[in-house]
Amino acid sequence: MMKRDECLKVIAKHHRDEIVVPVYQAAFEWLAIKPEAANFISVGAMGQASSLALGLALGLPNRRVIVLDGDGSLLMNLGSLVTIANAAPANLLHFVCENGTYEANGGHPIPGKGKVNFAGLARAAGYQAAHEFSDLAALDAALPAILRATGPVFVDLKVERGAVYPEDFAYMHGAAARENFKAAIGK
Amino acid sequence: MNQTVVPAPSISGAAIIEAIKRAGVEFVVSVPDRVTSETVLRPIAADPALKLVRVCKEDEGISICAALSFCDKRALLLMQQTGLLDSLNSLRGIAVEYGLPVVMMVGLLGHESGSPPVSSRKYGVRIVEPVLDAMGVAHEFLHAPGDETRITTAIERAYATRAPLALLIGRTPA
Repeated sequence: MMKRDECLKVIAKHHRDEIVVPVYQAAFEWLAIKPEAANFISVGAMGQASSLALGLALGLPNRRVIVLDGDGSLLMNLGSLVTIANAAPANLLHFVCENGTYEANGGHPIPGKGKVNFAGLARAAGYQAAHEFSDLAALDAALPAILRATGPVFVDLKVERGAVYPEDFAYMHGAAARENFKAAIGK
Repeated sequence: MNQTVVPAPSISGAAIIEAIKRAGVEFVVSVPDRVTSETVLRPIAADPALKLVRVCKEDEGISICAALSFCDKRALLLMQQTGLLDSLNSLRGIAVEYGLPVVMMVGLLGHESGSPPVSSRKYGVRIVEPVLDAMGVAHEFLHAPGDETRITTAIERAYATRAPLALLIGRTPA
């Protein structure tokens, strides 16, 4: 099991100019770890990060897009795995931070905690590849190849909460976050 | 004496497609809808000038269209009113509250007359416009030949004002 923020620091180490779509707690942590990136944090409705990322990947085929999804969020939009696999954006990397809980809503367990196989679901949906990591060193070693791979690629990160980061919901949902994103992608 | 009821002419599917193209729409995102299946979606699927993204659930389409707007790409979400009603939270959070131009074309299944949807005998149709009004989402009811002339203008307005738009198709296009 990896601390989520430590995991995100490893991703940040290998991150170049990819657009990043992080959700909820991972969004606040990623903003603190990699604030200068082209971060799209305005997800707006739980579960929609993967679909927003697909739209960005289709609209900007020359940019790579990383979505840092949550397990509860993905369960709320599970069909997006099939949609993404069918659309087959070569530039989309779909990470899921699997902590088994609705962390922002009281820490209650997700349905299927410890039973559902997210990488298996992605593989069965038709993703090009699906990986699982529960060890930081293994993630660190594999990331350069994963970030260059032809998508859509799925990565299940087995995580638990690490350090506590400030939660700025006003920025997350405010217009400035989206204006900063547009500026970061040159639009 | 038997009377033959001649159905009123309907809006043309080809004219709808031409209107969305004139508005600069490049992507169509859809869950098939019975009202628009044959004369709108099927020709779009065969049209190389439009990129069709087939989604499992309509709320995915709200997000895809919204995200495409950041890339300066115009899109249309084609669905049935059941899909619209199923997507209200995404419509609220992403299109309305964030002020993003998500353009929806909504087939009103069960509403086969030219009368206003709000007077439909079908509950699922009757509530569509009041729900959109409550959410502050602009809508246009399209059913007769010539109504397609409003499509391009409405889409241009949605992108200019960064606001969602629902184009309601009242009966199967010709």
